[in-house]
Amino acid sequence: MTSTARNNILQRLRSAPQGKPPLAPDVHGFYATARNAAPAEDRAARIERFCEKMAFWRGEVVRVTHSNWAESLRALCVAKNVNSLLYGAQTAQAAALEAAGINGLKPYDRPVDDWKPELFRDTDAGFTSTRGGITETGTLILWPDEKEPRLMSLVPPIHFALLDASQLYDNFFDAMTGQGWSGDEASAGISKMPTNALLISGPSKTADIQVTLAYGAHGPKELVILLVVNEEEL
Amino acid sequence: MSAHENSQPLKFIPASEFKQRTSEAVSDELLRKSFRGAMDFLMAKRATQFPDPVALEAQRGLAEHIRKYSLAHLPDLLEQLERNLTANGIQVHWAENAEQANAIIVGIAQKHSAKLMVKGKSMVSEETELNHAMEAVGIEALESDMGEYIVQLDGEKPSHIIMPAIHKTKQQIAKLFAEKVPGASYTESVDELIGIGRAVLREKFMTAEIGLSGVNFAVAETGTLCLVENEGNGRMCTTVPKVHVAITGIEKIVEKLEHVPPLFGLLTRSATGQAVTTYFNMISRPRQPGEKDGPQEVHLVLLDNGRTQAYNDEQMRSTLQCIRCGACMNHCPVYTRVGGHAYGTTYPGPIGEIISPHMMGLAATHALPTASSLCGACSEVCPVKIPIPDLLIRLRGEASHDARPGHAPLVGQGAAKSALMDIVWAGWAALYTRPALYRAFGWLATRFRFLTPPMQSGWTYSRTPLKPAARSLRDLLAERKRK
Ligand code: SF4
Repeated sequence: MTSTARNNILQRLRSAPQGKPPLAPDVHGFYATARNAAPAEDRAARIERFCEKMAFWRGEVVRVTHSNWAESLRALCVAKNVNSLLYGAQTAQAAALEAAGINGLKPYDRPVDDWKPELFRDTDAGFTSTRGGITETGTLILWPDEKEPRLMSLVPPIHFALLDASQLYDNFFDAMTGQGWSGDEASAGISKMPTNALLISGPSKTADIQVTLAYGAHGPKELVILLVVNEEEL
Repeated sequence: MSAHENSQPLKFIPASEFKQRTSEAVSDELLRKSFRGAMDFLMAKRATQFPDPVALEAQRGLAEHIRKYSLAHLPDLLEQLERNLTANGIQVHWAENAEQANAIIVGIAQKHSAKLMVKGKSMVSEETELNHAMEAVGIEALESDMGEYIVQLDGEKPSHIIMPAIHKTKQQIAKLFAEKVPGASYTESVDELIGIGRAVLREKFMTAEIGLSGVNFAVAETGTLCLVENEGNGRMCTTVPKVHVAITGIEKIVEKLEHVPPLFGLLTRSATGQAVTTYFNMISRPRQPGEKDGPQEVHLVLLDNGRTQAYNDEQMRSTLQCIRCGACMNHCPVYTRVGGHAYGTTYPGPIGEIISPHMMGLAATHALPTASSLCGACSEVCPVKIPIPDLLIRLRGEASHDARPGHAPLVGQGAAKSALMDIVWAGWAALYTRPALYRAFGWLATRFRFLTPPMQSGWTYSRTPLKPAARSLRDLLAERKRK
């Protein structure tokens, strides 16, 4: 059925009248023009803008350093009454997390199918790294993988995310081209897109009841960003 | 097979019923208040996102260009998408109409002995009435978007493509939850109401075997499905169950990943006045070896359902540029007054008026393109610059005459043809092309004006009757000249 359908659909599309097809859109040129029109932002301004935009989405930004972030996270967990914190035991951050003495540290170490009820009902918070941030919109970029599965940033009511301030991009386009998502010369144009890539801007929300905003619709009720900056930027 | 036999009317909605529903809707005060309030709010929020009209024009120009370019290459891009998705491990299915799409999805669900399907927001699955097809074989199809959950609980359909429950007040929702959700007590607190929905649906995400979602953009070069949402239910549906089925119209495709940011930026700003949604979810593969969550199987169903009919005509093809932001509804004076249900179609408002005739045929939908004052607000706000009023006029014409030479007839072509109207227009043409006849008519009309009937069919439903003036303009001018 589906192959007949396929042929019929494609045949109908191919037999439709075609005028002169438009040239390929110049998306690079569009963003280059926009970039040239606005004064370039320095690092401090980028950090400021990111914090301001993220606050607008009710994301809580906490400035930390390379050496104290795990300790800050421990303190936040205490303050927020977190008794179980999901983390990836194979990640680069695992050692620091384990050394910080965080209460109820819980590795995501088996397929979700084996422990769904516990994940959904008995996990207070999840901790993940990020691949960068976007200042224009106050957005985190996450590429979940086998070390940091997808549900860590979705199911627990609080999501802690570690973001390095040197990974801030001005906008979505700069982030995807800067990180070569759709492939580059080196990868011979082969896409690097992972199983799942995510942009996250604040905790989950809805305005479906009388356009009144409510947080914690289906995902996290709180999003806390540990923004790693230099000592003097704290 | 001709270009349009694939379009199947899902529900027959006679034009007369549309009229009746609209007059009911405009006299429902609560409904009008809900829509007026919500639309004013959405319009104001959108406006704050576009403070600079020059910049907005540049963005719309680029977005329109991307969509036109994608459509010009649609068959090639569909094949490229299929190749890349398949290489990534995502199974691609093609459906010419709603029945085929539903059969594919029912088949997948039955293969996995599914009892429950959780659904993220998907207007295309509303279009195919998937829920009925699932329930017919004993599989529960549960909407998980808060708005859709609410309307489903009340046995209704969405009244807006972005805000499905916008026609309801919180008191109505409070009552609904107290009656229908086991254990829920009456509360008018929006936070508590959302909390009730959250608790119910979390249990369902855990147990459902299948998750269904729509698609906002499908990227051909990388084989990526993009989903836009605020709530997180879309991520739940596409991550927790062991099978994920995505369904989309064949037009929602772009060639390159870099084509996505300009469209995404305009979509959310135009829809709800947000610079970005909470989640932008890009899916390229099923669960890979070593990964601990995500579905083991991912399917994409590509649906035609009349879209190739619109594609077959270069003017009407622009209908398919749509990115379903809903801005045309929010700004439509008719939609704001009659609300989404009056249209009786999956897609209400201006976009519904131009897309539904292709999906359901003109016989069922010819009244819809007349539900417009042609004020042009819709095309002014449309982020991809669809000339909606031009298309409305075109469809009104197609409904009232046979196909013009060189054009394939649309499904339901000429459905609103009326012999009386043809005679009236023929008479009008004769009168206005023959000066002697025109003068004679003027002479008679001014003298026998007392003969005009007081009831003039549609005109006098809500207007005073037409009556020729005692003296024609020609006479008045001639007299003035003589003086
Ligand atoms: S027609 Fe334009 S304004 Fe209306 S939903 Fe589609 S993209 Fe939005």
